[in-house]
Amino acid sequence: MNQHQQSLETLQDIKKMMERSSRFISLSGLSGISAGICALIGAAIARPYVFSEKNLLIDEPAGIAQAVAGDYSIIFNTWLFWIAAATFISALGTAFFFTWIKSRREGIPIWGTTARRLLINISIPLAVGAVYIFRLIHFGTFGLVAPGCLIFYGLGLINASKYTLGEIRYLGYLQLLLGMINLWFVGYGLYFWAMGFGVLHIVYGVVMWYKYERNTGNQF
Amino acid sequence: MMNPIDNLNKLFDSRVRLGIMSALMVNEGISFNELKELLAITDGNLASHLKALEENNIIKVEKGFIGRKTNTTYAITKPGTKAFKAHLDALEKMIRATK
Repeated sequence: MNQHQQSLETLQDIKKMMERSSRFISLSGLSGISAGICALIGAAIARPYVFSEKNLLIDEPAGIAQAVAGDYSIIFNTWLFWIAAATFISALGTAFFFTWIKSRREGIPIWGTTARRLLINISIPLAVGAVYIFRLIHFGTFGLVAPGCLIFYGLGLINASKYTLGEIRYLGYLQLLLGMINLWFVGYGLYFWAMGFGVLHIVYGVVMWYKYERNTGNQF
Repeated sequence: MMNPIDNLNKLFDSRVRLGIMSALMVNEGISFNELKELLAITDGNLASHLKALEENNIIKVEKGFIGRKTNTTYAITKPGTKAFKAHLDALEKMIRATK
């Protein structure tokens, strides 16, 4: 091996180690696909409630009393809240599962500095977004909830892209774009939401799986 | 013209040490166990390389505790950053020279 080749290989080693030690690279494409499917199922179940084909309140007399009293706990008396919670938990749970499988196969511990940094950086925009959307609901501006979700989620992904596989940035840009367009189509939020959290996640997951995991035998 | 090989730092003339330096360049501090997992080497091997880098003031050690367990973290020193950057420059020059 000549000197030139040796130096090149050394530089490549250095680059790889910098990458591996600073980014959480176990995020699986299958996690995107599973989260997207959960979002689509959730949106389908929520649809009749959003468009008032079914009664939103679980206990109607109690709900009316809560509404009159301006009681915050009315939110727990709506089907939508529990559908949203179940969707979020199942999306997060299945996404975690596939990433856990991938990290175990690669022999990289799932919890470490890189995972912690990724989590902190995605959580900051999401936490601010949650507070913001809580206030939107409080003031009854429901039409802005879906665009708000998409925009803050997009910002979270872009912020997190420095700490994991960088392509997630493009998913973030698309979520932002979708969220902003939705601002001019208030009332169609559920469709935009399903597009962003469902379809885009699945497309992203398929692309990432094809690019990074297709040849690594990611079968059980 | 000076031979570019003269600028290569002998201290970094090992894959393990290059790995340690690369990881420490982009992280504020890394624990012994995390380095071990990243490099996939044994305790003794890693410890001896860390010792050599520490003795030459390339890296510094901080000993702390998480609960009752000792937690040793390593970070790069200022002279260490300078030396590693000079080493990378020398590598780059060598690649250009032999192209």
